[in-house]
Amino acid sequence: MEQVKSFYETPSPAGLTGIKAWLLTHDHKRLALMYLWAVFFWLVLAVFLGMALRLELMFIGETIMGPEVYNSFFTLHGVIMIFLFVIPAIPAIFGNFFLPIQIGADDVFFPRLNLFSWYLYMIGGLVAVISLFTGDGFADTGWTFYVPFSVSTETNVSLTVTAAFILGMSSLLTGLNFVTTIHRMRGKGMGWLQIPLFTWSLYATAWVQILATPVISITLVLVVIERFLNIGLFDPARGGDPLLYQHLFWMYSHPAVYIMILPAMGIISEIIPVFSRKAIFGYKGIIISSMAIAVAGSLVWAHHMYTSGMSDVSVFVFSLLTFLVAIPTAVKVFSWISTMYKGSILMTPPLLMALIFIYLFSVGGLTGLVLGAAGTDIHVHDTTFVVAHFHFVMFGGTGFAFFAGLHYWWPKMFGLMYNFKRAYISAVLAAIGFIFHYIPMFILGLQGMPRRYFDYLPQFETGNFLAGFGGILMVAGILLMFINLWVSFRVRETATADPWGGTTLEWSVPSPPPLHNFVNEPEVLEYPYDFSGVLARAAKDKG
Amino acid sequence: MDPVRGVDLAFWYILGISVLLLIAITVVMIYFVIRYRRSKHPEPADIRDNLNLEVVWTVLPTLIALTMFWVGWKSYIGLRDVPEDALEIEVAGQMYSWIFLYPNEKETEGELVVPLGKAVKLNIESWDVLHSFYIPSYRIKVDAVPGMPTYAWFMADKVGEYDIFCTEYCGIEHAYMLAKLKIVPEQEYLTWLETEE
Repeated sequence: MEQVKSFYETPSPAGLTGIKAWLLTHDHKRLALMYLWAVFFWLVLAVFLGMALRLELMFIGETIMGPEVYNSFFTLHGVIMIFLFVIPAIPAIFGNFFLPIQIGADDVFFPRLNLFSWYLYMIGGLVAVISLFTGDGFADTGWTFYVPFSVSTETNVSLTVTAAFILGMSSLLTGLNFVTTIHRMRGKGMGWLQIPLFTWSLYATAWVQILATPVISITLVLVVIERFLNIGLFDPARGGDPLLYQHLFWMYSHPAVYIMILPAMGIISEIIPVFSRKAIFGYKGIIISSMAIAVAGSLVWAHHMYTSGMSDVSVFVFSLLTFLVAIPTAVKVFSWISTMYKGSILMTPPLLMALIFIYLFSVGGLTGLVLGAAGTDIHVHDTTFVVAHFHFVMFGGTGFAFFAGLHYWWPKMFGLMYNFKRAYISAVLAAIGFIFHYIPMFILGLQGMPRRYFDYLPQFETGNFLAGFGGILMVAGILLMFINLWVSFRVRETATADPWGGTTLEWSVPSPPPLHNFVNEPEVLEYPYDFSGVLARAAKDKG
Repeated sequence: MDPVRGVDLAFWYILGISVLLLIAITVVMIYFVIRYRRSKHPEPADIRDNLNLEVVWTVLPTLIALTMFWVGWKSYIGLRDVPEDALEIEVAGQMYSWIFLYPNEKETEGELVVPLGKAVKLNIESWDVLHSFYIPSYRIKVDAVPGMPTYAWFMADKVGEYDIFCTEYCGIEHAYMLAKLKIVPEQEYLTWLETEE
């Protein structure tokens, strides 16, 4: 491949230098990296907050913090993880970087809007930080902001909610940008059935972002109005209805779960075929299941509310719909595993992390069935069982898919390769710690330990101690993983354009890519996971 | 059927199938990774899909999921259908305790005493923010909502003391909003009911 200047050496717009070349850039790749560093910061902060919570819970009574701090910490942990890490991480980093390249485009459709979204993300994060240190302290409501408590508490709920509102705007605009880009900017020969599955998953996600986010934005505004003007929408003391708030909140926040997991599934659908050197099993089936999840996932929100006092008829309907949304998810898992059947599998860090994803995500998905069924949910609702379940899905799932994507695309984004051995050790350590951390919470939940408890009865002590111990291992694994990636900047072992043997377009361009992504007109495959070319090249290299 | 038993059977049914599925997925995955590793299996097959297989693995899980839904729903009905002869007790949640009001106007805080062998219906309300009334031993939980009465019931079938928790986050002392359920023989209950505290 001829020598071309990478996007690092070519500012856009041209002429910008130094820090300006980053802060005013229109280049989707630079923006992706700017998101990457911001997301790293928030992730590490929220991991430490979570660790502090679990350390506090290792022993009965007050150990390292009091209940006020504890309540603010779990709220902050939730708000940061949801709005600043899990929702934006994969779309804003990998989506921004690779979506245009995967469809043969040189940027997103609205590059300036893309920059604006990044600023909204930063401002949202900044407002969250400000709300920590002003007024009567950070909100202590949990990330759900349930009324009437969120209306009556003295803490700084309005500012925290404003932060969530701004972050919602950022996510919505990114979604809008992606949908437009996929519709309008596909390269020559790139029909809908030539689009790689990661981009397809972002397409499904983007629609959910566009359609569901306004609901939470409006709801959060209503909470602020309720706090300042006391108009009585949600507060029963003024004739309002607290269940109305819960419906509105979950109408967004349940679809948001799919905003968090669909892109993660997209990453896994890229990694498994590449390291199996074999077509993804059921390409169309995976696309259909992504779209089915986006649609059906928008209709199940009230399964968070079986105990809320809503009617039994609602419980019936939402429980039934919840079981139906499980099906497309199961289809994806079966497809990933079948892809490996008779493949030619090469173990690498991204593949190992993808396999860990499949295991942890399956545990999360299957325990979700207990929560979807009406009678069993009543017992474990709002216990640590639920906490364990959604951490298996959001962290074991989206978190590990994020790690897998990071190791899969790292050589493409930076042109550098990392140390494999340390990557394996860190992934295994994090996974083992993860299991020790969350499995005890399933058991505690079945025994009846409620969530969001600062302190607990003696019968829950062993489980909480074990969970804290597992947490320490897990955090050690994650830190080792990040250090290993950081070391790659020092060692500078350069990566080739296609270190893994991929079929999607990002592997046909240099690592790191040039400003306009493609040196030559991209050659789009008729079927996006056709490995015959990769196999031919591998055979030729062998001689 | 006894509602606790109904819920527990639903747990066993759903968790049992889930564990089997998880083991199957994991074993097959690990087997494929080892069996088809590149050093032993350098030439991959080119299989892109298989409609029959995909139909099977869509339809079968759908049927299994529907049975799970049904078992879960049946057990839920058990928690909602209150026997007609149930003893009714009013329950109020407030930051940070549970108040119990008996038919003869007796009031207690943090202690719910009921007679053995009776079905007990709890009419639940909140005096301030949302709370949630939870007795793990009887698998019941329902939110206490200001201005909107809710209910739960259980069959007091065994003498003993049981924990009651608040499971809807309600503020700084949420974790200490506990109470005790005491099931006592009927005679003891009647005496207790008449004594002033």
